[in-house]
Amino acid sequence: RKIIFEKQWFYLDNAIGHIYGTTFEVTSGGNLQPKQEVEETTTETKEAGTDNRNIVDDGRSQKLTHDDIKALKDKGIKGQEIVQQLIENSTTFRDKTEFAQDKYIKKKKKKYEAVIAIVKPSTRILSTMYYAREPGKINHLRYDTLAQMLTLGNIRAGNKMIVMETCAGLVLGAVMERMGGKGYGSIIQMYPGAGPVRAATSCFGFPKCFFDNLHEFPLSKVDSLLSGTFSTETLPSEPEDNAQVGEESNGLTDEKQISLQDTEEESTTETAMEINQTDEQETMDLNAEDVEFKENKEKENKENVREKQRKQWERRKKLIEAAALLREKNADGLIVASKFHPTPLLLSLLEFVAPSRPFVVYCQYKEPLLECYTKLRERGGVINLKLSETWLRNYQVLPDRSHPKLTMSGGGGYLLSGITVVLDKGKSDSGDLEALKMEEPSSKRCKVQDLHC
Amino acid sequence: MSFVEYEDTIKDGDTAIVFLGHESMFPVKVQHGTVTQTKYGVIRHSTDLIGKKYGSKVTCSKGGWVFILHPTPELWTMNLPHRTQILYSTDISIITMMLELKPGSIVCESGTGSGSLSHALIRTVAPTGHLYTVEFHQQRAEKAREEFREHGVEHLVTVTNQDVCKNGFGVSNIADAVFLDIPSPWEAIGHAKSALKAEGGRICSFSPCIEQVQRTCLAMEEYGFTEINTLEILLRVYNVRTISLQIPDLGKAAEDNSSAGFDSSNPSNQGSPCANLQQGTVQFKSGVPLREMVGHTGYLTFATKS
Repeated sequence: RKIIFEKQWFYLDNAIGHIYGTTFEVTSGGNLQPKQEVEETTTETKEAGTDNRNIVDDGRSQKLTHDDIKALKDKGIKGQEIVQQLIENSTTFRDKTEFAQDKYIKKKKKKYEAVIAIVKPSTRILSTMYYAREPGKINHLRYDTLAQMLTLGNIRAGNKMIVMETCAGLVLGAVMERMGGKGYGSIIQMYPGAGPVRAATSCFGFPKCFFDNLHEFPLSKVDSLLSGTFSTETLPSEPEDNAQVGEESNGLTDEKQISLQDTEEESTTETAMEINQTDEQETMDLNAEDVEFKENKEKENKENVREKQRKQWERRKKLIEAAALLREKNADGLIVASKFHPTPLLLSLLEFVAPSRPFVVYCQYKEPLLECYTKLRERGGVINLKLSETWLRNYQVLPDRSHPKLTMSGGGGYLLSGITVVLDKGKSDSGDLEALKMEEPSSKRCKVQDLHC
Repeated sequence: MSFVEYEDTIKDGDTAIVFLGHESMFPVKVQHGTVTQTKYGVIRHSTDLIGKKYGSKVTCSKGGWVFILHPTPELWTMNLPHRTQILYSTDISIITMMLELKPGSIVCESGTGSGSLSHALIRTVAPTGHLYTVEFHQQRAEKAREEFREHGVEHLVTVTNQDVCKNGFGVSNIADAVFLDIPSPWEAIGHAKSALKAEGGRICSFSPCIEQVQRTCLAMEEYGFTEINTLEILLRVYNVRTISLQIPDLGKAAEDNSSAGFDSSNPSNQGSPCANLQQGTVQFKSGVPLREMVGHTGYLTFATKS
């Protein structure tokens, strides 16, 4: 398969069998060739100037013309040699300072010596890549902000996490990496629209078993789940107490669900859902076959495509599993990073989280989080609310040339984090104390206003 | 309680976090018959804590109340007894991600110090990973061992009391990642390389001064580390406040002001004393930066062995 990267095309076949981190050079045929460790033998008579007082920019310092360089390239000459030629034909090169020479060589190397390293996917690599290449798809969530989320959320093996994200599945993948797959807890992904997007998740290359405990639940059914009117359909494996509720609203929700799932199917092919996932579904189908047969008979007049039915039934089963997990209301944390307004998401989804558990909300903008902060305070049941942002600064470290590279302020987004506590039933009795403890800033505010008046 | 697993109820022997409000909290060791004094009164462990749910509100003797929280590495970092300067969660988070740590990772660390980072590392690599931590100060090494035991994570960590610069980490070719927080990290780079797996791994060094970073980078290059990258991360915290700014009196008649709909964005600001005056105010919510913030903790230098 042909792959294009940084204006070059190549085939990956030759890279198989090498360890991660191996560097390759692209040859003319688009084949990759492992690059040997080059011994830097350019220790010829090192000549260098001390400053640039005599260097004039007349545009004629390079004696090779555009056409010459193109000719060299067309001949398939190694990039290294082109760079050497450029240096030899630069009249000012010898007058440049040692540092400037270094910089010149580095720049030319970058242009003419294409070297590709193949590395193993990880949250570090993928989040850096997504932020640099497609920040819009991940709501400008910078990698250091994602790192904060994972730590503040106390993500670890054994947790039962609720994740609501519209970051192409990057946040989900990061959480999955930290939880370590099968047997180490579960994740319930809340999704808007027809189905969860997991394009970035698939880049992690997780083994199949990582998806066994990954559930999904449509955001549009959260309200009905909270109010207890959620329809669970009539399934043999389902406990009786829910069946009654299911029957009442069956007609309506059933219809809705089917149409919803139809669209879901279309969109999943688009968003390149996991190959692993479909595999997994197949294996699950086997042990569920007999039940499914019954299900089919009942609906034969409605639909006669058996395959579609099976998928639908499979989805419904997973939906019910997810609903049951949520209904326990004992999740170990909540992670939100979406394009939606965070306040309603948080007010609803926090209901599913156990007390004394952390939650983290990401937003590209600060203002919605200010509102969310206020609303959460009104609601109660949360403490240690913190609105924060991180700045990241990269450094160039070279002998006698160390300095900050670039500042990445703004653009990295904001986080609101906190810890859930048992929600007070009779809120009024502790009202006074609460006011005393929580509203301390208000006394300060009064002072400021006093000054104004 | 365990630092690597959530539990619902408080038991005898647990470490719990007492939350007093306004970021003011402290850790307690839950023990039958013990009492803890707070500014809201006394907490009796046997009746007030044991058997209660984490996250519940506990009423103290003077009628005040506190929340009891399940311990996490992050809460521990904010409350642990300092024996050294510690790493805080902001740096810890980027270290954890950049070292690519996950369940099952084998990590080497030096020095152990107060164990702030150690707890976070253990949390991330549990239940199948392991932390080898080296501390040359005997007392601190002892204290760290004791804490790991108390926190139910001793099976996930090995504390060695030796000088990492001279004797290394005491293991070779098994680590996925190495972390150094010592005054002269460049002297330990060789040992770090041999501790890492043959197929490679990640390294991070934390240093407050740029001169230390330079020497470390040179050493890393010398030992064949690649992808050398130095960065710094800063945390900005915002207070959420409602601010009201007064509209200046430019000599216009009061009617003009109000008819222009300009006096106040929020007409229901009866709480403000200024509302009584002729001029209006504009109210808005703002995230106000703290007056002082941490400007520098240290430079983090990452590299790859491949």
